[in-house]
Amino acid sequence: MDKTTVVLGVIGADVHAVGNRILEYSLKQAGLNVINIGVMSSQNDFINAALETGADAIWVSSLYGHGEMDCRGLREKCLEAGIGDILLYAGGNLVIGKRDWPYVEELFRGMGYDRAYPPGTLPETAIIDLEKDIYKKGDKNWRPC
Amino acid sequence: MEALLIDIGSTYTKAVMLDLKKVRIIKQGQAYTTVKDDVNRGLKKALADFTGWEKAEYKLACSSAAGGLKMIAVGLVPDLTAEAARRAALGAGSKMLKTFSFELTAIDIEEISSLEPDILLLAGGTDGGNRDVIVHNARMIAGSCLHTPVIIAGNRAVAGKVQDIFKQGGKEGYLTENVMPRLEELNIEPAREKIRELFLEKIIEAKGLDRVNSILDGLVMPTPAAVLRAASLLASGYKDERGLGELVVIDIGGATTDVHSIASGKPTRDGVSWRGLEEPFKKRTVEGDLGMRYSAPSLVEAIGFNSLFTQLEQALKSGLSREILQDYIDLIKAEVDHLAANKIEVIIDRLLARNAVNLSTARHVGVLKTIYTPLGVSLIQEGKDLTGVKNIIGTGGVIVYNDNPKFIMSGALYENQPQSDLLAPVEPELLLDSKYLLAPLGLLAEVEPLLAVKFMKKYILKAGDVCGNDR
Repeated sequence: MDKTTVVLGVIGADVHAVGNRILEYSLKQAGLNVINIGVMSSQNDFINAALETGADAIWVSSLYGHGEMDCRGLREKCLEAGIGDILLYAGGNLVIGKRDWPYVEELFRGMGYDRAYPPGTLPETAIIDLEKDIYKKGDKNWRPC
Repeated sequence: MEALLIDIGSTYTKAVMLDLKKVRIIKQGQAYTTVKDDVNRGLKKALADFTGWEKAEYKLACSSAAGGLKMIAVGLVPDLTAEAARRAALGAGSKMLKTFSFELTAIDIEEISSLEPDILLLAGGTDGGNRDVIVHNARMIAGSCLHTPVIIAGNRAVAGKVQDIFKQGGKEGYLTENVMPRLEELNIEPAREKIRELFLEKIIEAKGLDRVNSILDGLVMPTPAAVLRAASLLASGYKDERGLGELVVIDIGGATTDVHSIASGKPTRDGVSWRGLEEPFKKRTVEGDLGMRYSAPSLVEAIGFNSLFTQLEQALKSGLSREILQDYIDLIKAEVDHLAANKIEVIIDRLLARNAVNLSTARHVGVLKTIYTPLGVSLIQEGKDLTGVKNIIGTGGVIVYNDNPKFIMSGALYENQPQSDLLAPVEPELLLDSKYLLAPLGLLAEVEPLLAVKFMKKYILKAGDVCGNDR
């Protein structure tokens, strides 16, 4: 079977590049195929990349506090683009102000994201979740790395 | 030692004989292209005044007759593989009829067959990426009544399968490398090469152009490919003969305006991030709505009739009736071989040409967008930054024969662009292909690159130093 492919990028006008690099490194180390579209990526950039590369998941990072605004509507656009069942993960400093994490997680789940992660999450946590999610979807034989 | 170089255009067959030892032109001639019955009639007529051409060392031709090399590109996402395929086809000197994206429908297939392309370029998916769409599109094409040869330049993982689909459908499918093997990474040379091979092996014969091979050594490429070849050789130079470095060639024709840039187009300012599909170093764009004759009405539409009329009044420094301009536009549309016959017509042609240069440059060059973010201002470049390009070369009848080529070509300058964020050349030298030699020298470049550079350096002159009357 093919390697699992993840489209990775930082959404909106956000230019934080360090976490993006770390995620790319971790995903590659875990044996995944990474398409890193980098910082300042629009929703369309994520979708186009996923379409052409036949990706299994889109990982959206947002660190500058505007995540809620930037991430909203991505699931709907994926549906329109014909990849409505793709896995969507979000992570970083997703919202501004002191809001409880469960609230934020619920917010992103409501926006159609399969997973959302608070600051301080290790890449491995999300990679293990991806393994589970893909296994659940059953469209790929996940090989433990 | 001589070379006979022929450019079989849609209207004229142009011939030039070069003395390769003395690096000079021996003779130039032209006649109407006769492609319907026998292309050789026009060719012989163009050579009527030539003596001793049979003994020339090289006898080569390029052609844009019989509709040129008509192509259709099919990809997946419009900005990605569809665009990559389009660029590959344009770089091969083709005339793009249309580009399709996503899954082809029955209606699309009908449209493709009505457009009668010579070659179809099928892309879609990065290597290992999306498979479904290119396979679907291959099935749609293979199952149709289309008999166009198809070049397969998509996802490597299914390339073999796609080829089988064509084989089973009794269609010609030719395999080459993916035009976009990884996301936003362009790989158009192999597809370009394949297109040229097919052009030589199949298309020339299908169009009846292979007849010239009885007189000449061969018809070796489409004319736009010859111009691109010449331009890239002039930029790079060859051996001891130094090139000009990065440059832009603008070729105004009756139906289209072509812009070729031989330049990396990388950002020239600090702190600019480059977005989008990778840009080809040798990039050709074609504006099908900007031309001096066939496309004159759409060119006027793009300029705006009122704007053109105002420019004309300013140029004449006096008022005139709007009918004069309208009548001339109608005339050149109807009589596509019309040559400007009086002062006003020369001025209108000059204004049309300058606007064609201006608009085609604006569409070719990249754009620098300023984005205001919570973290300050960010600059994003899309397309090529040509602000630092040092040379622009003008070619095509209207530039070469008009008495003010500098005025026409200055339409390409940054200062004359409609928007300040367009990355057009700021302070280039304006050069003129004074003897209309770029396409023939692209042919010569195939066999004698060093001499081709020498000829170009001799006959491509500063636009200020020559004008049409010197010819």
